Amino acid sequence: MSIFSEVPQAQPVAVFKLTADFREDTHPQKVNLGVGAYRTDDCQPWVLPVVKKVERLIVEDQSLNHEYLPILGLPEFRSAASKVALGDDSAAIKENRVGGVQALGGTGALRIGAEFLRRWYNGLNNTATPVFVSAPTWENHNGVFNDAGFKDIRPYHYWDAAKRGLDITGLLDDLEKAPEHSIFVLHACAHNPTGTDPTQEEWKSIADIMKRRKLFPFFDSAYQGFASGNLDKDAWAIRFFVSEGFELFIAQSFSKNFGLYNERVGNLTVIAKDNENLTRTMSQMEKIVRTTWSNPPSQGARIVSKTLNCPELFAEWKGNVKTMADRVLLMRDQLKAKLLALGTPGTWEHITQQIGMFSFTGLNPKQVEYLIKEKHVYLMASGRINMCGLTTKNIDYVVQSIHEAVIKVQ
Amino acid sequence: MALLKSNKVISSLGSISPALGVLSTRYSSWWTGVQMGPPDPILGVTEAFKRDTNPKKMNLGVGAYRDDQGKPFVLSCVRKAEALIASKQLDKEYLPIGGLGDFNKSCAQLALGADSEVVKSGRSITVQTISGTGSLRIGANYLARFHTGPHEVYLPKPSWGNHTPIFRDAGMQLKAYRYYDPSTCGFDFKGALEDISKIPEKSVILLHACAHNPTGVDPRPEQWKEIADIVKKRNLLVFFDMAYQGFASGDIDRDAWAVRHFIENGHNILLSQSFAKNMGLYGERVGGFTVVCSDAEEAKRVESQLKILIRPIYSNPPMNGARIASTILSTPDLRALWLEEVHGMANRIIKMREQLVAGLKSQGSSHNWQHVIDQIGMFCFTGLKPEQVERLTKEFSVYMTKDGRISMAGVTSGNVGYLAEAIHAVTK
Repeated sequence: MSIFSEVPQAQPVAVFKLTADFREDTHPQKVNLGVGAYRTDDCQPWVLPVVKKVERLIVEDQSLNHEYLPILGLPEFRSAASKVALGDDSAAIKENRVGGVQALGGTGALRIGAEFLRRWYNGLNNTATPVFVSAPTWENHNGVFNDAGFKDIRPYHYWDAAKRGLDITGLLDDLEKAPEHSIFVLHACAHNPTGTDPTQEEWKSIADIMKRRKLFPFFDSAYQGFASGNLDKDAWAIRFFVSEGFELFIAQSFSKNFGLYNERVGNLTVIAKDNENLTRTMSQMEKIVRTTWSNPPSQGARIVSKTLNCPELFAEWKGNVKTMADRVLLMRDQLKAKLLALGTPGTWEHITQQIGMFSFTGLNPKQVEYLIKEKHVYLMASGRINMCGLTTKNIDYVVQSIHEAVIKVQ
Repeated sequence: MALLKSNKVISSLGSISPALGVLSTRYSSWWTGVQMGPPDPILGVTEAFKRDTNPKKMNLGVGAYRDDQGKPFVLSCVRKAEALIASKQLDKEYLPIGGLGDFNKSCAQLALGADSEVVKSGRSITVQTISGTGSLRIGANYLARFHTGPHEVYLPKPSWGNHTPIFRDAGMQLKAYRYYDPSTCGFDFKGALEDISKIPEKSVILLHACAHNPTGVDPRPEQWKEIADIVKKRNLLVFFDMAYQGFASGDIDRDAWAVRHFIENGHNILLSQSFAKNMGLYGERVGGFTVVCSDAEEAKRVESQLKILIRPIYSNPPMNGARIASTILSTPDLRALWLEEVHGMANRIIKMREQLVAGLKSQGSSHNWQHVIDQIGMFCFTGLKPEQVERLTKEFSVYMTKDGRISMAGVTSGNVGYLAEAIHAVTK
């Protein structure tokens, strides 16, 4: 009789199951539009040239060792990462009220932030504080806040399926009605999975209500630079909120914009009112990190730190990021143009209006099933596609398949 | 409501520190109520050491290996593995949630033995974790969610300082069983058996597989056998923490003996492994968490649940260190080199223990310092009292934790004489 006999089989994580199924598929024309990782036009993973260069420098540097990093991570990484989000001229940084916690990817940053908020925000150990996530959102947001102990995770209106855009009215209404001190998880840019971001005017309205109703902004920034190709442009919303005087968290990921997926490079940027509050906050962050992973992994942080802190490498990196963003923009243009040319029923403006790696096509679950089973084109049940999975070589097949799905399946 | 609360906090802070009481609400922050966290006791030692300007200062605090020059040691097998990996020009795609498959396999085999029935039957699951801490935390979270027995983890007294907060943060209760005997600076075998025999059935018992931290005191094989028997009688769930395989005796199989004995004895254990010390991969965060199950089907169910636990913490683990470890373990000449280097590290520690005791004798110390040689692994529980530790730090700039624990890795042939002098001075 085993202690584990009652342990139920858990459902696999959907996005990874999709890739597993794709791998097993032997169809010659199969296309993977599932998991969010960049691909070249040859459908290959791309290790950024600047990353290759910096890795070589690291391997050749015999003075480097594998000693523990401090609990909060590599100091040069943390400051450079926060600076990239907030800007070189950031007043908050000058005022010494910005801290960084090096974390394991964006996920790790979200989790440390969530654990801190559960312990210290809105009273002590208040698990009842409502946490609002967009409808839809990256599915792991729910898991992170849930496992951090929050009992009340709610959706806020976001995607308007009918108009295939942002439901700004619903969103603002939810902000007005949310209990004071609720936590709102905001996507800094390139919303996952919809690719639909608020305009600057819409962000202003959002910030306005959040300030009035004392709501806490927790930004998820996984695509800075990757969305528009421009780091500053993609950070506009974050910087606006900071300039409006908010205290906030930013969970930064360098998985996509550095292509460092498996090295788990992230940073939780903490903005407090002043240095004194920041210091106490960071001391408690240390305690949370110490019982989660003790101290973070060194390799990825070294690569990002060297790159961000060296002007030539930084410029080279920006170029690499623009290369990726540009290819995505090209695929968006072509996908829309070809669907229009074929006369595929429906509107397809959203393909080029949306931004970043993902597009919410508007395809329904039945159509998605058709695409996977009949055409071997793999995408999420939500209709989300990863634009990076499209190439000049497979785009015609994908367009044809979407056309068929829309016509044959309602 | 929050404003009222923060006013209360401000006024109560005001009674602690008048300066804080005059905080203007104009600058009120969400974090006004956040207390200053206490400094980590172990890492705090290093901070103080860094500030000291005494040229003879010694850092015997944190447990990271140092060579005989007192420098961090990057193993040759690690450098070779890194060069090999660099030449392969691998991509950086996400690892699976459970980590690098090759690493997981090698990790399990290293602990359990390549000929282990458990490994052959596939009735265990190993996931790559963020070194030992990450492994313990995943294990703790797993227990909190799925353990059907009492949610109580019994730690040896004393244990690694971070064990308690890890299990506590995961939602488990902590209890203890006697372990260290301060009168002998050795193992309180009788006390341990007595306490273990009273542990409620189906509770969790944590055992240090080898090189107990912080005491360096390990049970002898005959003692392990008796412990295994009584643990079985009490029907306890065994959780082994093995952070020093190879590092204790210099022999990886010898250091894994207890783990393997328990398994052979029918215990389906939980096991945390770290490669921080034995491969010197500290900052790369390489570890594994293993659950030994009844059969392969159960292992699959358990694996699926571990993934559900891991995903909302960090999604998937870092590649670099696991790739290095896996390369070393599965490349014959690198593995052989590694075994040599681990042996070398363990030997240097053993030599320093002998030299310290010889030094104390030649200083004329009348105390019995045999325990310094009998203890094993990186740490030595000297038996020094807090006042003596304080004198060591203040008068001799020898830094160690208050419990009298020293990291032998910080001792070199160049400073062992000075250390003997200092310890003798505060104990004579």
